[in-house]
Amino acid sequence: MSAGADGRGGAAVAAGRSFVVVRPGPLATLQDGGRRGVAALGVPRAGALDGPAYRWANALVGNGSTGGSGAAVVEATLGGLALRAAGGDAWVAVTGAPAPVRVGGRPAAWGAAVRVREGDLVEVGAVTAGLRCYLAVDGGFDVPPVLGSRSADLLSGLGPAPLAAGTALPLGTSTPDAGPLHTDWLPLPAPPGELLLGLAPGPRRDWFTADALNALARARYTVSPASNRVGLRLTDGPALARRAGLGELPSEGMVLGSVQVPPDGLPVVFLADHPTTGGYPVVGVVPEPDLAAAAQAAPGTPVRFVPVR
Amino acid sequence: MGARALLAEVGSDEEVAALLADLVRRQRAGELAAGLDLVPAARTVLVDGLVDARELAALSGWLEGWTPHRAPVDEGRLVEVETVYDGEDLAEVAALWGMSAAEAARCHAACTFRVAFCGFAPGFAYLTGLPESLAVPRRATPRTRVPAGSVALGGAYTGVYPGPSPGGWQLIGRTSLPLWQPDREPPALLAPGTRVRFVAVPA
Repeated sequence: MSAGADGRGGAAVAAGRSFVVVRPGPLATLQDGGRRGVAALGVPRAGALDGPAYRWANALVGNGSTGGSGAAVVEATLGGLALRAAGGDAWVAVTGAPAPVRVGGRPAAWGAAVRVREGDLVEVGAVTAGLRCYLAVDGGFDVPPVLGSRSADLLSGLGPAPLAAGTALPLGTSTPDAGPLHTDWLPLPAPPGELLLGLAPGPRRDWFTADALNALARARYTVSPASNRVGLRLTDGPALARRAGLGELPSEGMVLGSVQVPPDGLPVVFLADHPTTGGYPVVGVVPEPDLAAAAQAAPGTPVRFVPVR
Repeated sequence: MGARALLAEVGSDEEVAALLADLVRRQRAGELAAGLDLVPAARTVLVDGLVDARELAALSGWLEGWTPHRAPVDEGRLVEVETVYDGEDLAEVAALWGMSAAEAARCHAACTFRVAFCGFAPGFAYLTGLPESLAVPRRATPRTRVPAGSVALGGAYTGVYPGPSPGGWQLIGRTSLPLWQPDREPPALLAPGTRVRFVAVPA
């Protein structure tokens, strides 16, 4: 039940540290900084939806900038995750949506590095607010990268499959920096009670009627339960009417944060697993820093757009 | 398109190919950052991943000064796709074209195509080269499963399904070439700019 004397020793690493999935919860995937430079081949970027929470989870356990896509973590939607440490000890940290954390059956801190001994069960309970928890481990989860990233892409099925009970996730080599980052200040905002999203003008803004654009700037929508890693779907708000006589839009490239308007007129905000091209007009683009809050907006959360340049 | 991307719109698929080729040349020459995503589509090229307003303004200025031209037709890698022309919709396509199935297959194999852009799924290429007069409608009811390697027509585009997926295009044939291998460079056999010829082979 124990590894090397200090838990960071070479013996533990040589034995092959891993975390075995005991319960994946509703949806848990591995995510890192995502894929870049391959959108032209039809490959979505993927990667952690809540960027700041992802980076803090890694920083807390001493995973510095490793270059490339960064260390892979577990993104657990709604929490409900349980992993057992095997082959050695580790440091873990849970950030993102607040959730009770237990290690070896005892309550442990959220938003801080926690020591995990070989054989310990690491449990992340149901989220108490927000949507997505991030669990980082020192050395990162070391599954084989695909196109430079260990992120699961749920649109096209690239990268590691969603976590399933019994799967052993190998851990990367612990670094000399592994261990708790000492900080008493964690800039992790609470999940939004109301989601305010900046909206820069999109390339097809002129496809919409003046009434639709006015409505978009004033309206309140709510986050639909049909939202996922591909997009934040909005409902309970005005359908945005297109100007008459424009026909079909030929497919064009899409960016993270694109607000695409399908024929039903209800906007969809594109998140990390969005398709690389699309044929519905983009009325606006949400700046990337605002998307972290979008990743934590549970179904039913009110949403408003705030025009920005 | 937001603070990090520009969407350049041009007049034709040939101008898209020319603009993309020019942008790729600039990227290889170090005049554009290596990490930028250049995403061609039907009438546009998206440049995504710009780091700041200065980079965005510089590129915007270059794009405004860009003179539309056609991409040289002999540029780009040539891939031959051995195809068995026995697709489930070949007879229907041939009827739309007013010819026999064998003639439709010969007609398709006689064209030289270019990968205009990818999308829909990793490695799914939209090929231009079929005359606009031979454009066909999509199927009224999409199939829930199209086998990998299916050669299909949608509008005036030809596409080859890299993996099994749902699909609404008209199936005219099939190939056994692997189209998508993530560990190959490039992972897509048919990356934008690639020239393509379909070569009829017996079943």
